[in-house]
Amino acid sequence: MSKYTLTAAIRKRNAEGLSAFIPYMMAGDGGLEVLHERISFLEEAGADAIEIGIPFSDPVADGEVIQEAGSRALQRGVTLRKVMSTLQVQSHKIPLVIMTYLNPVLAYGLPKFVADCECAGVNGLIIPDLPHEERGLLSDALEAKDIALVPLISLTSSTERIEKIARAAEGFIYAVTVNGITGVRSGFSSDLMNHLTDLKRIANVPVLAGFGISTPEQVREFSSVTDGVIVGSAIVTAFHEGKLDKIQSLIKAGQTAVKH
Amino acid sequence: MIQTVEGKGRYGRFGGQYVPETLMGALTELEEAHDSALADPAFREQLNSYLKDFVGRENPLYFAERLTEAAGGAKIYLKREDLNHTGAHKINNALGQALLAKRMGKRKIVAETGAGQHGVATATACALLGLECVVFMGKEDIRRQELNVFRMELLGTRVESVDKGAGTLKDAVNEALRYWVAHVEDTHYILGSALGPHPFPKIVRDFQQIIGQETKRQILDKEGRLPDAVVACIGGGSNAIGMFHPFVEDENVALYGVEAAGGGISTGQHAAAIAEAKEGVLHGAYMYVLQDEDGFIQEAHSISAGLDYPAVGPEHCHLHDIGRVQYTSATDAEALEGVQLLAQKEGIIPALESAHAIHFAFGLAKKMQSDDILVVCLSGRGDKDVQTVRDALGGGVQ
Repeated sequence: MSKYTLTAAIRKRNAEGLSAFIPYMMAGDGGLEVLHERISFLEEAGADAIEIGIPFSDPVADGEVIQEAGSRALQRGVTLRKVMSTLQVQSHKIPLVIMTYLNPVLAYGLPKFVADCECAGVNGLIIPDLPHEERGLLSDALEAKDIALVPLISLTSSTERIEKIARAAEGFIYAVTVNGITGVRSGFSSDLMNHLTDLKRIANVPVLAGFGISTPEQVREFSSVTDGVIVGSAIVTAFHEGKLDKIQSLIKAGQTAVKH
Repeated sequence: MIQTVEGKGRYGRFGGQYVPETLMGALTELEEAHDSALADPAFREQLNSYLKDFVGRENPLYFAERLTEAAGGAKIYLKREDLNHTGAHKINNALGQALLAKRMGKRKIVAETGAGQHGVATATACALLGLECVVFMGKEDIRRQELNVFRMELLGTRVESVDKGAGTLKDAVNEALRYWVAHVEDTHYILGSALGPHPFPKIVRDFQQIIGQETKRQILDKEGRLPDAVVACIGGGSNAIGMFHPFVEDENVALYGVEAAGGGISTGQHAAAIAEAKEGVLHGAYMYVLQDEDGFIQEAHSISAGLDYPAVGPEHCHLHDIGRVQYTSATDAEALEGVQLLAQKEGIIPALESAHAIHFAFGLAKKMQSDDILVVCLSGRGDKDVQTVRDALGGGVQ
């Protein structure tokens, strides 16, 4: 089994009877010079993997908070190439997952991107504008590499699509919890918990919930029905405002949530 | 660089569906609804009746006699999309898609607009059919096209200003897409150009090809034969694909698409994505896209807001690759010449977008023989641009 590391990191936490936690950070927000420092902070706070966002000129799947973090990084001249070369400087114990829109990857060149991911300790890719039907574009280049192409499943995905996506899933399934873009939300749809439970039943890889999860209460709520959660905007804001204790309490909330 | 991928909505290696998963269900629903609507005689009859009595089709194919004399070459005909209700070809697609939305049971509409022509057309179709409408428009475009903003508001549409990026069409599409993702269950996105994920490029072409179909019929009536050349301007490419598509199989008809060269291709300040020839993904499709070496999308530059988009629809990219259509460009200055030329020779003030095609066509006609026939798609009228043209000419006519 080639795409092993990312799934194993999540399963390891689940084996303790606990929920996994993957924080998202915008690479280069605050400068690329703090990238490793922030990764290490998240690692020490107990993250099981880290999703590293790449700034993009046209982030159509992102809400205000991540768009603004991306703009700050773009103003500093941060690019996918610069992030990849920075990541290669220092290694970390937990797997890294790159979240990027497709076009920067195409501009980078697939073979070189995959090779650089391997050197940088990247074990997963999340590409929000690459749906299941188009994944063939990357999957050949990723064959036999320990880099999972993590699929997203949304509330609008039909049962047929969910089954198709779940069968081909690698790493974990990113279950999008709202119809919309990333960002802080106060409420979630009532059918959501049933949807997540169904998803878990048919999935061969862990199911993690993400989009709009921003408080320790929400983290606990989702942790109880999934294999873990992803928190983005709240982490990005906390880093930006220097409120690191908020990040610690979010991660703690995830990992003290006992799974049923 | 890209491998050929089996997938839906491919034009050669261009097109596809590069969108967030949340939209995939809506795209499938839209594709099915569109196919079934086109196959339904009642839908076609309803659409045709609106096109006739509301839009004013068919519009004329006009022989531009004084323009022809001035060129001293081919006979120049103008396809008068500028005479449509709302003043441009955009209404053909807006009306078709609004009817489609209604058929799908979606009562809310979101759209983007650059020059405001598609926004006005969509607002008009929504008022006609009783649909709720929100239009996203870049801040810079709102400044350039103030009156169109008020027109949309008069028609009962909410206009949302987008101040991200350069505040032009690309940024408006980003925001409209975000809005659609969040409201996809009760909202249809009326995309205005032959762009975006499948099935949009096909839907827009299907609703715009009436331009080419009428032209073909009309030129056969008037001249008893097909034209030697057909010219249209290209931003995303909706009027051009509508004009070209019925002629693609007619190999003796030369097809020319005119991109916006802004300040000149060599200045980098332009919107000519095919001229730049860099491939990539934007707004759901694989196309020629203006971008830097890191894959960041670049801002397009054109005096005409409607051509100010950094990519060209996937079918045009393919028609370029197979050499069926020749893509060329006209600068801002040339478009301004085109506006004055048509105004003074024919008494028609064209939209700045269409003026790109006029300028190129005039030059092309000069090189052709007097028994040759050339058709230009006059995609829109220039009332909306009068202020811009006056400013650009320094307040006086040259």
